[in-house]
Amino acid sequence: MQTVKIVVTGPFNAGKTQFIRTVSEIDVVSTERKLTADTERQVKESTTVAMDFGRITIDENLVLYLFGTPGQRRFDFMWEILSEGMLGFIVMVDSTRPETFHEARSILEAFKSFAPTPYVVAANKQDLEDAWDVEDLRIALRLGPNVKVVPCIATDKESVKRVLLELLYSIIEYLDEMESTEQQQSRR
Amino acid sequence: MALKGNLRTFSIVQLLNLIHLARKSGLLRIQGPKGQQAELYFQQGKLAYASLSHRPNNLLDILYQAKRLSGTQYRALKQRAAQYSDRELGLMLVNAGYFTPIEILNTLKAAYRDVVRTLFTWREGEFIFDSHAPPPKGKIFVRMGLENLIIEGSRHLREWERLEEEIPSLKVAMKFVDQPRTNLQNLNLSPEEWRVLSYVNPHNSLEKIARALKLSDMEIRRIVYGLLQAGLVELVRPENEPLPEIKLAFSDRPKEERLSLLNKIIDRIRRL
Repeated sequence: MQTVKIVVTGPFNAGKTQFIRTVSEIDVVSTERKLTADTERQVKESTTVAMDFGRITIDENLVLYLFGTPGQRRFDFMWEILSEGMLGFIVMVDSTRPETFHEARSILEAFKSFAPTPYVVAANKQDLEDAWDVEDLRIALRLGPNVKVVPCIATDKESVKRVLLELLYSIIEYLDEMESTEQQQSRR
Repeated sequence: MALKGNLRTFSIVQLLNLIHLARKSGLLRIQGPKGQQAELYFQQGKLAYASLSHRPNNLLDILYQAKRLSGTQYRALKQRAAQYSDRELGLMLVNAGYFTPIEILNTLKAAYRDVVRTLFTWREGEFIFDSHAPPPKGKIFVRMGLENLIIEGSRHLREWERLEEEIPSLKVAMKFVDQPRTNLQNLNLSPEEWRVLSYVNPHNSLEKIARALKLSDMEIRRIVYGLLQAGLVELVRPENEPLPEIKLAFSDRPKEERLSLLNKIIDRIRRL
């Protein structure tokens, strides 16, 4: 049995656990704990301390796992472990909370430094009135025009599927680019 | 959709940068400290008008404060022109030969710039940007590029922690963006910013540049932050830095097999 992994990362309360819950065929194995910090407790009661774990069976020989990373920076040590052997990663951003954009950028930079893996940014909570537009988010997060920023509603299955598919298309594009670079180098 | 937030977490420099890059038009209202309120109007990413609630913001007061009118002229005009809007008064002053249109526009630009400079000192305040709000009535609009204000605002940035968050590592390098959205000729860079700019090259890590120019970690971060916000450069992995040894999924498989596995995953997700 072959297993592959997609990592879902992002700041605290961005919607990573919900994202995985929406498409996982098993009950998400979540290691949530009650929050201790007052400021964080104002936003939600519990958070992921190690990881969320969801599964999608592709066929009898292949299983896709979705791993959700903890949002807070004090769990940085987990990220490098989680990124080992992944197909790509998704950075979830709460489009209604500009105060988390800085952290989203830092997380993105950290993941990019671990491995040159394809990724997409999911602009979550687009159904809420205060959500920033995707293109405004792109500028706020200083993302280049080639980075896919996909509107997302983590509670909506079709929306979550779209994000996953966009990531997979990016992985195929990435493989094509790698191949053409290798061909150019071998010609030289 | 209105943009809402707080300067505590999304600074005025970032906000101007967003408006500049997205070439936004609309009204930005900021609720500042001690009940102060700022109103800025933008047209296609350029500053057109700015006012602060606790500062006189009509044309006559601005001209007087800028010492373009004597006390006698000011009092006489105040009596005569009380019912005029700024636009009407401006036209009257130009027709009467007191000022040229350029002189009026330059005085207003300086006043609007001062408003923005005040905003750089505001560390928090609720803001809302409404792209559908009508322009302020009767006011004279200028067209001020935001590039220099953004650079100046960055110089004012004293939140070192934030700089560290923006540029967490000095091991990264810089390269010039392929299509700068800023006209280099219109930029006013400090000598230090020019010196750093001369080292921009994917081979030079920020650490190396700081060492060469004898800049502290914070100084190099501040300068690089300004250059990033102005859209001149972007951060890249240094070219001579080896990639970390992390094994990615399917990396040991031939391309055909990798594609086939990926297509299987795509098909399955479509069917979910």
